Amino acid sequence: MNVVILGSSRVGALIAQHLTSQGHAVSVVDWNAESFRRLGKEFHGRTVLGNGIDEAVLRKAGIEQADAFLAVTNSDNTNLMSAQVVQVRFKGANVIVRIYDPQRAQAFRELGLNIICPTTSVVAELERELNKRKEAAK
Amino acid sequence: MYVIVVGGGQVGVNLTKLLQSEGHEVLLVEKDPARYYRLSDELGEAVIQGDGTDLASLMDMGANRADVLAAVTGADQDNLVICQMAKILYFIPKTIARVNDPKNEDLFQQLGVDATVSSTRIIGNLIEEKIDTGSAVPLLALGRGQVEIFKTTVEPESALAKKKISKIKLPEDCIIMAVLRGSEVLIPKGETQLKEDDILVTLATLKAKEEFRKLFM
Repeated sequence: MNVVILGSSRVGALIAQHLTSQGHAVSVVDWNAESFRRLGKEFHGRTVLGNGIDEAVLRKAGIEQADAFLAVTNSDNTNLMSAQVVQVRFKGANVIVRIYDPQRAQAFRELGLNIICPTTSVVAELERELNKRKEAAK
Repeated sequence: MYVIVVGGGQVGVNLTKLLQSEGHEVLLVEKDPARYYRLSDELGEAVIQGDGTDLASLMDMGANRADVLAAVTGADQDNLVICQMAKILYFIPKTIARVNDPKNEDLFQQLGVDATVSSTRIIGNLIEEKIDTGSAVPLLALGRGQVEIFKTTVEPESALAKKKISKIKLPEDCIIMAVLRGSEVLIPKGETQLKEDDILVTLATLKAKEEFRKLFM
């Protein structure tokens, strides 16, 4: 599988490492060269320096041949815009977006974007843990 | 009209003042607290501190009765998402985005933003108008930019100077709507004869526009 990952964030770097070790072709886009350090020495994929909302940068990262595009920068708005650029301009890739703000996540799900919202997942997890303890205390 | 302006930079502040002076009610939204304090000295209650994408907090202030929202921050991704949220969640009838990278104008309109303004493009057009003779200066884009109304100047050395409109082989999907001659506006007929320095206002598809421009060379 060819995968383009926008954002060499903690999540971006970790998924990039997982995917390359499974034999997938990965390119990681970030506008801060320092962030590529998170990928570690073992990383054998490509890194592309540039702004991920720019079509030319995405093209350079191989978006035209990509099977999947993961938008996981720490900026919700950058993720939302780049995901929509890919959806409108490069129709082939399966797009997944990470959005911290639940309100924005909800709004853009309605527009048909495939969104993962870590805030709501962590809250659900916390509630589950709390309930477990309550059960145990009974 | 009630207008929400998001982004308290130079553009946002001056836009707010301009609209206020024309009698509109304006709410300027600035994210950065330090900048907000400076602006509130100058603009008083017309400015609030908040995140333009977090319109829920703005709703308490009556933002849902806004007629227009203009997102004019320096970041295209913020302007896009602010406009989309305003449309999807709060049904604000008209959204306008400042576009810093002119390549994004088309994309923003495809994604539901009602109007885009690119100062880069406007300045570029003005420069082109000054230096590139026979160039077509866009006046209005219709149908998401597929059809355009634009103006072209008839240069003295142009093949069109002194020609009758009926003798010009216009491309298909192209209409000369008006001929501007000094302060006069002529509604052209077949027998209208063009003169040097006439400005033609033309409606055409993008393809026809390119062919039309060749007539001037």
